[in-house]
Amino acid sequence: MRWLALFRPGDWLVAALGLAFCATAFPLAWRGGAAEKAVIKRGGEVFAELDLSLNRQIDVPGPLGITRVAVEKRRVRVVSDPGPRQYCVRQGWLERSGEIAICAPNQVSVQVTGGKEAYDSLSY
Amino acid sequence: MTHSVIKLTTTPEDHRIARLAAAAIGLALIDAAIPLPLPGVKPGLSNIVTLIVLARYGWATAAWVSGLRVIAGGLLLGQFLSPGFFMSLTGAVLSLIVLAFAIRLPKRWFGPVSWSILAAFAHIGGQLLLARLWLIPHNGLFYLVPLFASAALAFGIINGLIAARLLAELPATETDASR
Repeated sequence: MRWLALFRPGDWLVAALGLAFCATAFPLAWRGGAAEKAVIKRGGEVFAELDLSLNRQIDVPGPLGITRVAVEKRRVRVVSDPGPRQYCVRQGWLERSGEIAICAPNQVSVQVTGGKEAYDSLSY
Repeated sequence: MTHSVIKLTTTPEDHRIARLAAAAIGLALIDAAIPLPLPGVKPGLSNIVTLIVLARYGWATAAWVSGLRVIAGGLLLGQFLSPGFFMSLTGAVLSLIVLAFAIRLPKRWFGPVSWSILAAFAHIGGQLLLARLWLIPHNGLFYLVPLFASAALAFGIINGLIAARLLAELPATETDASR
């Protein structure tokens, strides 16, 4: 009670505004929103969009067989591919926006999008 | 043999700032010793001193005490000029800017609790901004905003209440009366 007496009328207002700010901050910050994604294309058409914040694995069927793509720790990579030269598998983890791995023989591509895109496309 | 004597002349104002800064530094050390789950969440006990100084001696003295506390506290904790030091400095500068405005609010309605909450939000806001621009340049940082904001509100209210209580209980000394 003695402590409450130290609040002046405006203090309640400021505290209430602070509480309102916190209450709105929780849903705003935690509802995902503009998270980065990995866009998987097959034959030039979007096959799937994976949220990089969720770890998962996906199998993409192509003309040669199955290309397996995995998301882990905000990165994405091609785990296995039936193509002869394995360029897209050997490219390893993609983590920056714009990076792309292309498995041309199987007509599958994986690209990281979202965030601030410093490049249109990155491949090595 | 001649002795060269270097004498610094100090004013009572200097003594007062030094005494108050020492209190703030002591609280900053206690602050650093309290274990908390999330880096960046701290009670900020030394801000109680800043608030009391602000109320008693005005903004300029509060700025001196706060600045000395950041520098000397950084030296004592071994983080002078490290990222932690700049986080602390940014927080202190932003809360002082906000306090300069907060103290102009009508005293009848807004007291130390209001100042403390506003300063706490300014503090964490500045630190988040610096962290986003420099230390962790990724928007994932903003996932932590709700936690930091809640901590700022809670500790802001607690520190403000302690400051208000101390201001009510500590009698104003004669030097204050001259102000």
